[in-house]
Amino acid sequence: MLLFLEQLLNGLQFGVTLLLMASGLTLIFGIMNLINLAHGSLFMVGAYVGATAIAHGSGFFLGLLTGIAAAAITGMVMEFVIMRRLYRRDHLDQVLATFGLILFFNEMVSILWGRQPIAMDTPGFLSGTVELIPGAPYPAFRLAVIATGILVTGLLYFLVMKTRIGMWIRAGASNREMIGALGVNISLLYTVLFGFGAALAGLAGVMAAPFSAVQSGMGENILILTFVVIVIGGIGSIRGAVAGALLIGLTDTLGRVYIPDLMRLWLPPSVADGAGASLASMLIYILMAVVLAFRPRGLFQTHG
Amino acid sequence: MLVKGKKAALLGAAAMVMGTCVASFAAQAAEPVKIGMITTLSTGAGYLGDDMRKGFELAISEHDGKLGGSDIDLIVEDDGLKPESARQIATRMIESEHVDLMTGIIFSNVAMAVVPKVVRDGMIYISTNAGPSVLAGAKCDANYFNAAYQNDNIHEAMGQYVQDQGFKKVYLLAPNYPAGKDALSGFKRFYKGEIADEVYTKLGQTDYAAEIASLRAAKPDAVFFFYPGGMGINFIKQYAQAGLKDEIPLFGPAFSADEHLVDAVGEAAVGMKNTSHWSPDMDNAASKKFVAGYVAKYGAKPSLYSVQGYDAANLIGSAIAAVGGDMSKKDDFRAALKKADFASVRGNFKFGNNNHPIQDFYVREVVADPDGGFTNKLVGKVFSDHVDAYASECKM
Repeated sequence: MLLFLEQLLNGLQFGVTLLLMASGLTLIFGIMNLINLAHGSLFMVGAYVGATAIAHGSGFFLGLLTGIAAAAITGMVMEFVIMRRLYRRDHLDQVLATFGLILFFNEMVSILWGRQPIAMDTPGFLSGTVELIPGAPYPAFRLAVIATGILVTGLLYFLVMKTRIGMWIRAGASNREMIGALGVNISLLYTVLFGFGAALAGLAGVMAAPFSAVQSGMGENILILTFVVIVIGGIGSIRGAVAGALLIGLTDTLGRVYIPDLMRLWLPPSVADGAGASLASMLIYILMAVVLAFRPRGLFQTHG
Repeated sequence: MLVKGKKAALLGAAAMVMGTCVASFAAQAAEPVKIGMITTLSTGAGYLGDDMRKGFELAISEHDGKLGGSDIDLIVEDDGLKPESARQIATRMIESEHVDLMTGIIFSNVAMAVVPKVVRDGMIYISTNAGPSVLAGAKCDANYFNAAYQNDNIHEAMGQYVQDQGFKKVYLLAPNYPAGKDALSGFKRFYKGEIADEVYTKLGQTDYAAEIASLRAAKPDAVFFFYPGGMGINFIKQYAQAGLKDEIPLFGPAFSADEHLVDAVGEAAVGMKNTSHWSPDMDNAASKKFVAGYVAKYGAKPSLYSVQGYDAANLIGSAIAAVGGDMSKKDDFRAALKKADFASVRGNFKFGNNNHPIQDFYVREVVADPDGGFTNKLVGKVFSDHVDAYASECKM
């Protein structure tokens, strides 16, 4: 039981990291109708710049801000120089161009920082464990990730639901032509929105850096899952991103732990682990297929 | 027009024929030995291949661009850790670039897609890292040499060490791919105590929270894990964050604690014991020269991957010298490789019947480096002249 609660917490934490990635991506995807495969690269930029700042003695919070700012600026430059030209092209062109950007960013990072992974330690005040569930000490840093995720989601909800920019964003998701016709400066809105999505990816990157390897290509694993989240949640929907991220986070974590256990009831451990691990990694795609079979536009579909 | 076109075509053909003749005359004078290196230079594991290449290139530059007295034409290609693209590159290298021999693959799943095919077609392949068990046993091949180790070896050494240290209940983790399975079976071959659990995770997994929670619940008295590259960094960091570093000691092969990995993990790796066939502080002339040369050339510490690249290059050099640079003498070349007549930085090194190394294995401990980073220190020897477990199944 203790273990199960702890695994739920692990799933929640993973879901929250996915959420930070997915909310930015879904806004860009839903509103600009742009498929950005390079979103994971912005995650990587955040991690690298944040880790470098901290290694040079900036302290955790300043490093966090530097990483977020770097990702946001990179995102806005990317939008201004490249993405603008892609809005009117079809999705295949966008996939090709942004895939090129992934290669570019991976190589750029290798040139600037070398191919060896770089170090980023957990900030001192978050390096211990907290006994949230008695008997199961939980890493304080992972709790901080969960808290950050919840905070950012709250902020995002407020921004999208209660402010004027949020109204434009929602309107843009429903009808792109109409909001331009109403006199909103679409091109500025797009640049800002892209920067905002990039900042969220950068935040996820810096928050992931203390417990993962900061290295070239680190954004790709999480990107695939992020796309699954968006597809399940419904493209362009923040609520969908929240639901999808938590669903994927929990499914992935619990599947990884319990499917091999379950298979050991019938099979010898070495076979069960192999088959279980494969089945667990298929689980999220099975989930995606099931969701899409019943709701082809995702759990929370937006119009468009 | 038509006549003109025909003339031009004729002239072109003539030029081509002459070009080939000239080229083949020139070739006989001094043809460089063409080495095709397929390795992993991108993805999170890119630094493994990069280190290996640096070691290989260091050996070439120490001999002024030559190995065994012949000029070397080294073609390096990135496999991106994808077996299928490695296979395509291999085909291209053999069919259109006409390489004389191949080397460089880091990952066993990539090696399994390339090596059996190319050696069956008569190409000589010298492994600089991957040593899957199938290629050491029944499917051994006269054209396949492994200059690194058989995959199980380094894990076998740790199994023996953990057994000797008197641990009774060990928890095992590895990624779910050929080398992961070889790792755990190697460990279990020499460790005779209880196995608390045996977990195979997805290759390239970044988050280990779920596995670490299960591990804690199983209450083992030691953990053995095989996670190379970024996977290892993630695992060790998260293990320390979960507060387990001082409760349950971690043991692993050198892949779980290479020089860059421990630098990136930092303090959390200190004290970790790992087994290897080499250590940066090893006391022999070849190793000292290698470390000094590497640091001077690249401004970075060498890892075991660099060692394997460097040794493989010198091994190839010894065989090229033996045939006087004439790569058409394939049988002589193979026989010269088998002699392993070069100064290995690992000290003892010779080939067994299955063309895999017979060498010594050591225990190292991660310590803080006086100049800021972290490094490995030799603490003892586990095996002398260790032969792999599959050698007897090989009919060579």
